[in-house]
Amino acid sequence: MNEPRFLPVVPTDHPPACAASLVHDFTPELISVGAHQLCPGCGEPMAIRAVAEAVAELGLTRSCIAVFGIGCSTAFSNNLDIEVVQALHGRAPSVATGITRMRPDVTALTVQGDGDMVNEGLQEVLHAAARGERITCFMLNNGVFGETGGQMTATTVLGQRTKNSPEGRDARHHGHPIRLADLVATLDGAVYVARGAVDTAVNVQRTKRMVLKALQAQKRGFALVEVLTMCPTGWAVDTTRSARYMADHHARIHSMGVLKDTGGGRSR
Amino acid sequence: MSAPRFMAGSDALAAAMVAAGCRFFAGYPMTPFTGVLEAMAQRLPGAGGVCMNAESELEAIGMCWGAAAIGARAATGSTGQGLALMQESLAEMTSARLPLVVLNMARGQGDYFQTTRGGGHGDYRLPVLAPVDVSEAVTHVSLAFGWAEAWRTPVMLFGDYYLAHTHRSVSIPAPEEPVTPAWAVDGRSGGTGRARLISPLGTVKQRDGQGAQAGYDLAVHYRACADRTRAMLDGIAPRIEAETGGDTAVLVVAYGSPAAYVRAAVRELRAEGLPVGYARPVTLVPFPYGALARLARGCRAVAVYENNSGQAVDDVRLAVDGQVPVEFIGGLSMDPSGFGIAPDLDVTHLKERIMQLVGRVAAR
Repeated sequence: MNEPRFLPVVPTDHPPACAASLVHDFTPELISVGAHQLCPGCGEPMAIRAVAEAVAELGLTRSCIAVFGIGCSTAFSNNLDIEVVQALHGRAPSVATGITRMRPDVTALTVQGDGDMVNEGLQEVLHAAARGERITCFMLNNGVFGETGGQMTATTVLGQRTKNSPEGRDARHHGHPIRLADLVATLDGAVYVARGAVDTAVNVQRTKRMVLKALQAQKRGFALVEVLTMCPTGWAVDTTRSARYMADHHARIHSMGVLKDTGGGRSR
Repeated sequence: MSAPRFMAGSDALAAAMVAAGCRFFAGYPMTPFTGVLEAMAQRLPGAGGVCMNAESELEAIGMCWGAAAIGARAATGSTGQGLALMQESLAEMTSARLPLVVLNMARGQGDYFQTTRGGGHGDYRLPVLAPVDVSEAVTHVSLAFGWAEAWRTPVMLFGDYYLAHTHRSVSIPAPEEPVTPAWAVDGRSGGTGRARLISPLGTVKQRDGQGAQAGYDLAVHYRACADRTRAMLDGIAPRIEAETGGDTAVLVVAYGSPAAYVRAAVRELRAEGLPVGYARPVTLVPFPYGALARLARGCRAVAVYENNSGQAVDDVRLAVDGQVPVEFIGGLSMDPSGFGIAPDLDVTHLKERIMQLVGRVAAR
């Protein structure tokens, strides 16, 4: 029977043979500065990392424009080595439309939160999908307005307490959550629609594959990847418990998977 | 200039925009703007451009935001109600330094404040041209695209039902070949370490004192925006059209389509020997304060005609600065359509109004 393997322990009974040095900072190539202003435990940097890595891996670095919405993820809009056009809250799909209609050779993607895309910008994303715009939208769905401190969005699940639904989201008063990816998948212009998550290493890898598929599907039509991300601050949940909390609550309503792939071949 | 052709104002505006190098247009139907959208949908594809039927005014200006960011000459438009929906983007485009031409086909002149005072949020101004007729409007189109690019800002053309719907013989200015500005994004600077960024939040990052940079520094950005607005207002020469004589006792001020009627009324009164003059601000932002003050000097009254309850009269008062009494002789005049078709726009009627004022001034 094998002994359980542990990470090597740094010996402390004698001085190190050589001084400590940075071997690798693991910041992806297309993220300019590793530092950001998001909270500990936030899932958004992982989702943005997946997007930045996918752009580089697909060889799109020199032909890509990212359009950012307004929300926590805006922290990355001036922190990428990808060209960025910053849009207003909810308006990223129309801005990306203007870009690709005039420059069809450019890969345009949007990065938006659930407040941005599903609350303020719902009609934009639906119409962009229905028109079959050659753009890819990434929606980082944490079920709260994170940047303003944790208020209810259209994707907040029933029963979830937020700062402006203090007794929990009640369907009779607040209505029901919108499952955006499911809605977009019903539109004929959408060619690839999937919902991933970043709560586990496995899901991060699955999400990365969805991101790659979406960016490739963009040549054929509209693509959307919704990514469930943790927001321990907005949820008032301990950072170490937030991934579990997401799986138990948020992901129960917004279930993961590829909802539509007209190109054939499933990535699940 | 092309040979004169008999055209609807909307179509002439569209032809002038295509000639001025406009290659992207997005809009949402709304009277009296609709004809411009229809004409652009007909004209742009043949000129290698794109015309989008947006699902709302919000999306129309969003599409223009993207097209402008990649350096295309872009335009949109609407009437006051639709422009109210666009105000957030209009205000923020000044902050993102994006050029755009906005055709404001207003329902009357009740939208003077909306047009000249923003209507959006923040410390910004948009240059505004108010053509008197379609012949002038087609020359303003090229001017508007030039200012939009030079100052990297939306520029508004303030028209109305008369401008959009009147058929006139008009010459379209010679075509200009659009040049992509150096600041535009094209996707190609990614991976160079200096990828381009276009953002209403600016391009300045906060510094934490240890070299790491994250987040936007809005204090620095908004101060820079305010400085650029000041430079723009100082840099654009205000335009005014005036017809006065050395004897002018009453100066009548009007702008836009109604000014054509006021001009005709003043011309007739002058021919009849009355000491009246006429002045028309052509740029509403920047407003020709200095020129109007000089014209008013020596007059016994300045009259303002506009088809609303009195809005531009405030700017005239600012210009005259208490030196001459300013009298409002306008007022809301509309047929039941609400589109700004004014029964008051009748030269005989306007002459009577002006003569009444001249009589009151003489009796003082």
